[in-house]
Amino acid sequence: MRELDPIFLALPMRELAATALQRARELGVDHADFRLERIRAQDISLRDAKLEGARTGEQLGFAVRVVHEGTWGFAAGVDLTTDEAARVAGRAVEVAKASAPVNSERIELAAEPTYGDVTWISAYDVDPFSVPDAEKIALLTDYSERLTASDGVDHVSAALQQVLENKFYADTAGTMTTQQRVRLMADFTAVAVDAAHGGFETMRTVAPPVGRGWEYLTGTGWDWNAELAQLPELLVEKTKAPSVEAGSHDLVIEPSNLFLTIHESIGHATELDRALGYEAAYAGTSFATFDQLGTLRYGSQVMNVTGDRTAEHGLATIGYDDEGVAGQQWDLVSDGVLVGYQLDRRMAHMKGLGRSNGCAFADSPGHIPLQRMANVSLQPAPGGPSTEELIGAVDRGLYVVGDKSWSIDMQRYNFQFTAQRFYKIEKGRLAGQVRDAAYQATTTDFWRSMEAVGGPETYLLAGAFNCGKAQPGQTAAVSHGCPSTLFRGVNILNARTEAGR
Amino acid sequence: MTAARQVLTPQDTIERVLELSTADGCVVVSEERSEANVRWANNTLTTNGEMRSRKLAVISVVDGATGTASGVVERSAVTAEDLEPLVRAAEQAARDAGPADDASPLVQPSGDSPGWEAPPAVTSTETLAGFAASLGQAMDAARAQQRLLFGFAEHVMTSTYVGSSTGVRLRNDQPTGKVEINGKSADLKRSAWVGASTRDFGDIDVAALDTDLQQRLAWAERSVELPAGRYDTLLAPTAIADVLIYLYISATARAADEGRTVFSRQGGGNRIGDRLCELPLSLRSDPAAAGLQTSPFFAVTSSNELWSVFDVGMPVGATDWIRDGVLTSLVGSRAWAQRSGNEAVKPMIDNLILDAGSDSSRSLADMAAGVERGLMLTCLWYIREVDPQNLLLTGLTRDGVYLIEDGEVTGAVNNFRFNESPVDLLGRISDVGASSITLPREWNDFFTRTSMPPVRVPDFNMSTVSQAS
Repeated sequence: MRELDPIFLALPMRELAATALQRARELGVDHADFRLERIRAQDISLRDAKLEGARTGEQLGFAVRVVHEGTWGFAAGVDLTTDEAARVAGRAVEVAKASAPVNSERIELAAEPTYGDVTWISAYDVDPFSVPDAEKIALLTDYSERLTASDGVDHVSAALQQVLENKFYADTAGTMTTQQRVRLMADFTAVAVDAAHGGFETMRTVAPPVGRGWEYLTGTGWDWNAELAQLPELLVEKTKAPSVEAGSHDLVIEPSNLFLTIHESIGHATELDRALGYEAAYAGTSFATFDQLGTLRYGSQVMNVTGDRTAEHGLATIGYDDEGVAGQQWDLVSDGVLVGYQLDRRMAHMKGLGRSNGCAFADSPGHIPLQRMANVSLQPAPGGPSTEELIGAVDRGLYVVGDKSWSIDMQRYNFQFTAQRFYKIEKGRLAGQVRDAAYQATTTDFWRSMEAVGGPETYLLAGAFNCGKAQPGQTAAVSHGCPSTLFRGVNILNARTEAGR
Repeated sequence: MTAARQVLTPQDTIERVLELSTADGCVVVSEERSEANVRWANNTLTTNGEMRSRKLAVISVVDGATGTASGVVERSAVTAEDLEPLVRAAEQAARDAGPADDASPLVQPSGDSPGWEAPPAVTSTETLAGFAASLGQAMDAARAQQRLLFGFAEHVMTSTYVGSSTGVRLRNDQPTGKVEINGKSADLKRSAWVGASTRDFGDIDVAALDTDLQQRLAWAERSVELPAGRYDTLLAPTAIADVLIYLYISATARAADEGRTVFSRQGGGNRIGDRLCELPLSLRSDPAAAGLQTSPFFAVTSSNELWSVFDVGMPVGATDWIRDGVLTSLVGSRAWAQRSGNEAVKPMIDNLILDAGSDSSRSLADMAAGVERGLMLTCLWYIREVDPQNLLLTGLTRDGVYLIEDGEVTGAVNNFRFNESPVDLLGRISDVGASSITLPREWNDFFTRTSMPPVRVPDFNMSTVSQAS
């Protein structure tokens, strides 16, 4: 059913790899790897059920990364000829030589078994690039028109992103991987405009981006019919909702919102490159410093977080990373205590942590692999409560659904999030939506205030396409699974008050 | 041996695509990009590289019974044998798309196309050689003084060629360079940032940047804990740049006309003509601005609410978005300008300038001398929209919030999360210094060309305290 794309397989990657790695060996490298990638992407957007823009793109190129006399060197090219492969390998060594004067750390890589010539394909049914554009646009138009036809909806925006990623990797140790994965993200936003009073409100679908194919848009893995049917009513209710009362509230947070809080306050904070300062000037560092590994009380006893590159349909899931390390699952936080980090081979070796857990990733053929986020997920409690039971445990609070605005500081302490919907909880029951709410906390205070996690039936694998890191900037897609959760005493801000109104 | 894959020049590629096109119209955008960069942390190199890439976008236009459609197909690493399938794919995409909401007649040629025949401009690691040597010296000094340096330097050269079936032939070479240096004390408690944009690295003085860093780290030897609240605040040019870029990309004419943004008028339409600030501030873009030069013609490869592929090749000129405090123009396509009957809908330009006219020549330090008790902000980070109705943004202060007392910096203050709208801020700016070329800290992955003054806001909303240092 699923097979590696023959057009990709027909590219001369094995010859180019052999030439590049041979050239690198001749120039005396300690290690060299060759990576050839083709990334097909298509973005389609509709505005008020009419096509706004459609673009199909393809990136193709290769890179050679070397460790030469203990210093990194990297170069990338686009012309798929053996001459160019040799030239790029030579440039990578030149770059390493030129950089040696500013390098004070001898680069060595953690050992990893070699895998020979292996392949891996992600779990999907229909390659979105096999579906005619006309069919895609027709479906998006149909979904949009269901919204535009509804009372109270003035405008509708629709966006669809699809990616088919093929990677070939070969290194001087003898691993050679050929991989293919598919991901897709779609959302629909309904807008209500109150022209007379000069206000507007929006409500967006919360269907998560996934490592699935076109089948996701037609009903596998998400009930679009149900979500689109509810959206106008939810929007109208929001336009009439009262403004939130700022102050301390208990929160029951749905996975469709909490995934992003996990991403920002756990995912990034447990990246070892951040903890070691490699991102200090840009993405930032981490409060979860290396000296606290095994002792930091990250959250309450019910907090168990794993990293993985193996979850089915996960956006960070892959067979082998961009350093030839096989996908794994491991613990980041156990019973509330920090017990692990996300690693690449250099950092795993440097910190004596044994094998890398496989988080090296480059977002394009011309970019350098670095430690990027695995699927970082909060585990549900076996036999744990339902969302209704969590709500039932709150006397005065808010129920939070769907991500919207997000921001966190460079050490991952202070965050502020909004949502698609905030519902008031009164005496264990939902009491209608409120507007203008944002929840704000310090990471460890927040996770330590987590009283209960829901059962497996509340679990959802959500995620994002747009995680940014590194200079030059790289974008990665990543999933985060979690159950519904109950937090006590979280600070709620009123956005209108914050704006001085 | 590898089968020969014939690589054509960008000019030959464009001519070949236009010959192959059987659509009613065709526009081709070819981009040749070269890049050299170096990144360091903890006084040592982390990553570095030299990259080249190539991009070819074919925009096919098909006139149908119900309107004009467009299809865009983009490829990297295109060879001669790839061209025909690429053109056919773009044509199929146009036929599949149906009538385009942003359709306009394709741009007609106007004037010469200087440099059309010349090969692409290229940069390489050599552009950074002098900088790297100076950086090495700065790292030696930092090691000796128990300081840590982190940062990134990058030089990118992009040669863009545009050709169309209407006869447009245009070419632009865009150099884009930047350097960011973050200095920290050995215990990581004190942190400061400096940055600069450049076209060729000839004007980057690492020693001067490092002196600046050392002064700020010295200021931070005394630390002061302050609570959340509204403060009399001086924003450094990079900080105001970052919130105004957010304003710029939110200034869409169509969304404003539809009632969906802060620039929508109560009762309908947009707020062009409204006074946004009492001070005679002007926010403008100008492709010819000295040191901030950017393409004199429009080139994009997708359509969205900000721009249209039908406008590729259009000449762009100096545009005032806000003139003497009054909202003057909004961003959009020719199609939306025509549909809304609004000549003040202008194409987006890749630079942004804020100034208060000719009467201010004061630096941030000069302005600090006039502050009795207030804060000086170096830069902002992780800026995101909280409420689109008023363009309320949140974000963090980063790498240097300083306390000013009686005109002197007397220490460093903890970081804060702010909640502020740039539209509101414009109206509350009480004083403005001299505008100078500045690198935006947050946006410089996408937007590096700004000229901004330091500004004073008497009541900047520091919403909560951040423990980050």
